[in-house]
Amino acid sequence: MRTIQVSQITDAIKEMCIEANHFLTPDMDEAMKCAVTSEEAPLGKQILNQLQDNLKIAGADMIPICQDTGMAVIFMEIGQEVHFEGGILEDAINEGVRRGYVDGFLRKSVVADPIYRDNTKDNTPAIIHYEMVPGDKVKITVAPKGFGSENMSRVFMLKPADGIEGVKNAILTAVKDAGPNACPPMVVGVGVGGTFEKCALMAKKALTRPVNERSSIPYVKELEEEMLAKINATGIGPGGLGGTTTALAVNINTYPTHIAGLPVGINICCHVNRHAVREI
Amino acid sequence: MDQYIQVPLSNEDAEKLSAGDYVYLSGVIYTARDAAHKRMYEALGRGESLPMDMDRNVIYYMGPSPARQGRPIGSAGPTTSSRMDKYAPSLLDLGLKGMIGKGKRSEAVKDAIVRNKAVYFAAVGGAGALLSKSILSSEVIAYDDLGTEAIRRLEVKDFPVIVVIDSKGNNLYETAIKEYCKE
Repeated sequence: MRTIQVSQITDAIKEMCIEANHFLTPDMDEAMKCAVTSEEAPLGKQILNQLQDNLKIAGADMIPICQDTGMAVIFMEIGQEVHFEGGILEDAINEGVRRGYVDGFLRKSVVADPIYRDNTKDNTPAIIHYEMVPGDKVKITVAPKGFGSENMSRVFMLKPADGIEGVKNAILTAVKDAGPNACPPMVVGVGVGGTFEKCALMAKKALTRPVNERSSIPYVKELEEEMLAKINATGIGPGGLGGTTTALAVNINTYPTHIAGLPVGINICCHVNRHAVREI
Repeated sequence: MDQYIQVPLSNEDAEKLSAGDYVYLSGVIYTARDAAHKRMYEALGRGESLPMDMDRNVIYYMGPSPARQGRPIGSAGPTTSSRMDKYAPSLLDLGLKGMIGKGKRSEAVKDAIVRNKAVYFAAVGGAGALLSKSILSSEVIAYDDLGTEAIRRLEVKDFPVIVVIDSKGNNLYETAIKEYCKE
């Protein structure tokens, strides 16, 4: 049994909220740079160059990459040998988000009630996903999610007869409907299988996989590559203003499902596909 | 074509802009997003006046991140315009000349743009740090309690936007995509 003080979790999450909102991960940074070279449309290239300038300014002047600094989505992979001390874990996580967003000059975008909509003024509560794993470590992933792209995400409850073609159509439909609204070039997270909520959660988590890393399942890897090519043939392009770079990656995760179903969750992310990862 | 245009927008300038033009705006614009639009819409319903005159003005759909010390504003990129589609036609009919945002608009908004010879501009989504550098000053003029969603008066210099829907109803989102579609 290993004891971890929850204050360590608070401190880490505070720093990770600030880090994720100002710096892209190396894989995303590289993908954005490559896109400038490969984009065929002059306006598309100009937009991608602007996004390069934007990233430089964000890091140098500590101005968030995007003003929508998101709702803080946090994945907690907790080793089952870990014992937390010093308070309630959930409170410690939210305190980290509060400090990160208040001290880090990040936008407070969370409302306390979906209908009455009073701002909580500190961007809490976070959306927290807990997972118990073997070992005595805690792996934290902070993935602030903007809602321009979140709003364009979808769940399709397909029939088994729809098969892989149905999955392809679902992905293309979601991307085309999103178009310029989701701030392309996008990253497309997809969850296939499981249940209604499992496919959505897989899609969200797929966005945290490096964009240059393909699935280890051969047919899924092929599907990721085929869908990326198809999405980039839509012509939507950077900013939705026409071009050959509509998505940077399609990350697909799968899970066993029921004999009667084929759930497909599609979580679209803009080019500010942010996350910070730390192990404690 | 690159154009340098003063805001508020004159009728002549609004009418000469075409879908696809790259435009640098200088002058004064106002921010408003979901909550501010809802309030303005309700105020109009009650026959009350709006916090600012719509005539020839440009509204930027944007809610900034907080400014660090010594800066006029934090990150300041556009939000998705379609959420304002319900409210935009009434504001256009009151003289609003331009909107800056990102993403598709409804037919009703396009019709109101044509009817009033207005313009819909897109700023690059997710470029809030870069766009903040074209904002010289920011002052909350109404609905302070809405925080990031308050109405702000912004002084801008060479603020980069692209004409998406022009006063004749041409829509760059529709035409540009066709050009690069390889399906």
